[in-house]
Order: sequence, then structure tokens, then C-alpha cells
Amino acid sequence: MSAVVFARHAMTPAERLRDAGWVAFVGLILGIPLVGLTTVDVGGRLGVETRFGLLAAAVAAVFAGRLLLRWAIDQARNRKQERDRASTATAADRAHGAQRVVNVLGWVALGASIALPIVFSDNRYVVDTATTVLIYVMLGWGLNVVVGLAGLLDLGYVAFYAVGAYSYALLSTQFGWSFWEALPVSGALAASFGILLGYPILRLRGDYLAIVTLGFGEIIRIILVNWTEFSNGPNGISSIPRPSFFGLDFTRSAPEGGQTFAGFFGLEFSPMHRLIFLYYLILVLALLTHAFVSRLRKLPVGRAWEALREDEIACQAMGMNTTNIKLSAFAIGAMLGGFAGVFFAARQGFISPESFTFTESAIILAIVVLGGMGSQMGVVLAATLLVLIPEFGRNFAEYRMLLFGLAMVLIMVWRPGGLLSHREPTVHLNASGKTAATKEAAR
Amino acid sequence: MNTPATLLSVRNLTMRFGGLTAIDDLSLEVPAGKITGIIGPNGAGKTTLFNCLTGFYKPTTGTLRLAHPTRGEMRLESLPSHRVARDAQVVRTFQNIRLFPKMTVLENLIVAQHNVLQRASKFSIAGIFKLPGYRQAERQAIERAAMWLERLKLTHLADDAAGDLPYGIQRRIEIARALCVDPVLLCLDEPAAGLNPRESAELNELLLYLCGEMGIAILLIEHDMSVVMNVSDHIGVISYGRKIAEGTPAQVKHDPQVIKAYLGEDEEEEVTGGAAA
Repeated sequence: MSAVVFARHAMTPAERLRDAGWVAFVGLILGIPLVGLTTVDVGGRLGVETRFGLLAAAVAAVFAGRLLLRWAIDQARNRKQERDRASTATAADRAHGAQRVVNVLGWVALGASIALPIVFSDNRYVVDTATTVLIYVMLGWGLNVVVGLAGLLDLGYVAFYAVGAYSYALLSTQFGWSFWEALPVSGALAASFGILLGYPILRLRGDYLAIVTLGFGEIIRIILVNWTEFSNGPNGISSIPRPSFFGLDFTRSAPEGGQTFAGFFGLEFSPMHRLIFLYYLILVLALLTHAFVSRLRKLPVGRAWEALREDEIACQAMGMNTTNIKLSAFAIGAMLGGFAGVFFAARQGFISPESFTFTESAIILAIVVLGGMGSQMGVVLAATLLVLIPEFGRNFAEYRMLLFGLAMVLIMVWRPGGLLSHREPTVHLNASGKTAATKEAAR
Repeated sequence: MNTPATLLSVRNLTMRFGGLTAIDDLSLEVPAGKITGIIGPNGAGKTTLFNCLTGFYKPTTGTLRLAHPTRGEMRLESLPSHRVARDAQVVRTFQNIRLFPKMTVLENLIVAQHNVLQRASKFSIAGIFKLPGYRQAERQAIERAAMWLERLKLTHLADDAAGDLPYGIQRRIEIARALCVDPVLLCLDEPAAGLNPRESAELNELLLYLCGEMGIAILLIEHDMSVVMNVSDHIGVISYGRKIAEGTPAQVKHDPQVIKAYLGEDEEEEVTGGAAA
């Protein structure tokens, strides 16, 4: 039936009636047990009652609804065709317009994300969920380098997330490192794991690459589960120190010789302070990531990643060392994943291998693909959707993941190239490009 | 300079894939600053020769000596493909066009200057902070790309995605991109394939210009005789992996071996031989 929804041609009225008739028929068949029959309590026994009136109404509603839906779809398509025919704008102009919309969206999103904890300063749930969204945004941006830009399908990205998280957890609990000390070191560690993974798979492409990265992700997880002396196995690592605000802790009572955040600023202690601080911390990390990756994209290394995605053989013929290009993509992607992992460990205060399963990798990959490969704003949109849909879905209890899957399928049917599939060139030659370049310079 | 210096000398080149000998003891000289044509029936081993030359295949035996004008003698058979293009400056195009389709034409040409720019960006650090040295290098790269776009009449298409453009234009872009690598030897694999007669004539002009004005030696695989016979200074004919003839276009045209390879031995075989070719 669904094929009919996507029929290419506009339907005649007779076809529409027949189509609606069929749908109503299906509605009737389904409706008999669902609507037409109902159980009632007849003095302690279970009786069946019929509700054919209601069933008739439901079928009629299905019939009318289907007619209306068809009509609306056809109308929308006609309008679109007319627009296409009428528009004299070139593809480039339209792309330019699309980019402007995306830019505006980006600023709106930035404003909203800065304002969010102020507006919801006493709503723990909202701030927590927003923090989760931002972690996924950051992971998405990191993986976007590997998958979206360099075109290397990585199914084990969560391994680098785990490396970052465990690095911080171990450095802080065993050696007393602070968050800010551990952050660069953990990032570097994750990057070296990226190179470690990169080396053996330099010659692999596509499916084969995906399989090896998948295996790598599992290896890291299984090491963390089984090497108990190192990682405390499945019990995980707990009481990981939280990051402080320039040495000010977010605790009720100050540690010896120290001061609390609330005490220093003369505020009443509230557990929300830490949550809001963590939120802004990941926001800053994510924005730095964004600035870093956007800048890299316009540099030789970023262009080389995209060229590698487009055609590896041609890259070699242009004198590019594809080994270095691949390794740099893996290293930078891994480093960003590592940073996200450090934050994750610091935020949760407890980590175990359970947080780093293949499902996580799949979700991060879904964010990149759903957002539109290589699109930074697409990642934000997709991460928001993929975190929020299951959250909203909580009302649907056991249907939650079903809903999640359905949403993903629908998005891919609606936009096969991802939510934002437009690619903005890194450099322009013509006049409109020059204005764009000066605009950027003025920023 | 009556007899031009040899730029590339192929000596006893053999390339075997298992039991199949694609190139069999082939020797060939490519003079500097000239256009050398390579012709031969399909499957003769022309593209295999290119793949050996540009490091995509490792020859089974034989040597490929390049007399680089500034860097001295180089042995191409021992270099990986990216170093053939980067260090030896032997740059190729592909029979089935290999552009970066989603990138714009200009970006394609900038990517071709990757090594220069990457050096200027100092491990991307100078690039991230937009230091003057890098910015100047980028400006120069764009100017260089713009120059070749202008020469190949592609300027108006600079900001279009390369993959969306017509076939003939994509061929031109691929040549422009190869030129941005700054080749001393440009290897063109069937650049006229799929071009209409007017485009082929333009290609002739371009090749003569590159060779005559820019001093770039060109090695040209081509089936289109209107191109190869008109522009080549020298032609080598390959059949079944062996060189069967060599000389000026006029000599090659009348060489009985060549006629045999293309048309078959006698009247009876002409039909089958022609069909096989």
C-alpha cells in the first residue's frame, strides 16, 4: 500500500476513489477486531459486545482521510512542479539560498543553546537531555571527519570515545589528574589509537574497512570487560572526579583549603549549578570542535579528505600521499571522540564497558548519515532528533524503539541524502563567492 | 638541439599478471618537449604501460628512467604512485574520467596543488590561524588554477560541481587538474574519447600549445586518429604488449606491421581482425 503513497503521477478522481476504497477496506478488516468488537464485564464474566456504529464511523474517517491525504499530496506536488517550472534561478543560486537558511538556522541554534540553561535553570531533566544532545553532536562532528569528509566507513567509533573516557577515569582516580590536565592527554591517547587502527586498514575500503573497524570497537570493549586489573572489568570505574570551575568545586561544603562555586559567588548551593556548568562546558567543547573542523575543511588537509572520499586513485595520481591523509582523518576523528569521552566520564562520574557498545557506534554513525554526510549543521539536527525521539517516545513505553526506527526510515525515505545534503564549496572564484568570502572575513 | 634529449626511457619493460603477459619486453623513448603518441588495438597494453609508468603497477621486470630537468635521473618503477606525481612530476589522466565529482571545478584544481599548499600550511597549524605565509600560498594556488581555467575556457564553470558537467568538459577539467600538478611529463589516456569533432580539434590546439609554449612533454594514448596523427611528433605502436613499429605519423601510417595489427593479414581476415580491434 505504501507504494501508492509515493505514486509518481497525479491521480484521476476515479483512481482516488478506488484508492481510498482499498484503504477503507483494509481499515475495515483491521477495524473489526480492533474497533468493532470489545470485551465487557458481564457480572464477573467476560462478554463480547459489538460496536459496528463506531466501526462504520472509523472506516468512513479512514476513507475521507485517505481522499484528503491523496488530494494534499497531489496539490503539493503540483505546486512544486509549478515552482520548478517558474523558477529561473540556477542550481547555484538555489544552493546559495539553502546555505543561507542553514547559516541562519545555525545562529538560531547557537542562541537557543546558550539561552537554554538560563530559561530552564531549575529543570534538571531538560538540562541533562540537552547535555546528552551536545555529547552526541560532538561525537557526530568527530565521526563526520572520518565518515562524512574522508569517506572511511567506521563502525567502531565508540572505541575512541571509550579510550577518552577510560583515560580520564584512570588518570584522575589513579594519579589525581584534574579534568583540564587529562583532557589534552586523553585526546592525544585517543588520536594515537586512531592511528593504531588506521595502519592495518590502510588498504581496505568500503565494506571491508567497516568490518575491521567494527572488530576494533569490539576489541576495545572486550579488553575493558576482561582486563579487570586495568579497568575494573564490568564493574566499571566509579567516583570519577567532576571538573571544577577554575578550581572552584560544585559541592555543598568546601574541601580543605578550597572554596565552593556557590560560596565564592555568594550563591545558595544548588546541585543545578554543576549541571549547568557541565552543559556550558560541553557547549564550549562542541563549539571549539565545530570551529576546528570547519577550518580544517577549508585547508589542504580537509580538501584532501574530501578528495579521498571522492576518488582515491585520482588522489594518488595528483601526488597525494593517501596514507597520511587517511591516518590524519582517523587521528583527528579519534581525538575529537576522545574529548567527548573525557567529558562523558567527568559528567557521569561512573563509567563501565556497557556505555561503549556497538549500539553507540551505530547511533553516532546514524547521526552522521541522517544529518547528511559531511554536513556540520546536519549533525546537529540529526543528533537532536535521535536523542529527543526516544525521550519523547518514553510515553510509548515498549514501542519506543519501534518509533525510533520508524522515524529513521521515514527520514531516509524523505531525504535520501540526509537532512542537509547540500555541500558548501570551500573556495569560490566568481563574484558571489567573493562577497561570501568577505562576509566570512568580517565575522 | 636537433635531436631532443630523451626525457623518459622505457627499457625492456615486462608486466605479467599471473600467466598473462600484458607488456612484453617493451622499450620506448619519450623525447623532452615533444608529443609522443601511443596507439594500438584494444587490449594491446597501452593503459598497462601508463599504470606502470605512474606507479599504479610494479613492473615485473624492466626499467623506467626519467631524466628530470631539475632533479636528475629518477627510476619511476621504484616509486609509489603519489611520488611519481609529486617528485618525478609525471602526471596522468584516466581513460574513464576520475574527477572529484562533488567538489567544484576550482576545488579539483586546488586539490591538485595539495603538496604545495600542505607544505605552506605547516601541518595545518599555519592554516588554522590563517598566517600570512599560508594565505599567500592559497592565493597563488587559486591564481594558478584560475590561469589554467582561463586557458582551457572553463572559468565560467569554476564554481560548479565537477560531476554535474558534460563529458567533454569533464575531460578538459581532468587535463586542467593534471596541469595544476606542474608536470614535466603529461600522460593522457584517451583524452579525445567521447569528444565531438569540434572538441577534438580544440584538444589538438591545446596539446600543441602545452607542448610548444609550455614545454611540457606529452605521452598520448589515443584511438582518434585525427588527434594522434595531427599532433604527434613521434608514434609508437603496441600490439599484444610488444612494440611493433615506431616513427613519425607518416611512417607509422604506412608500416605493414601496423596495417596488419589493425586490419588483419589479408582480405579474408580483415573482417574478423577489424571486429576484434
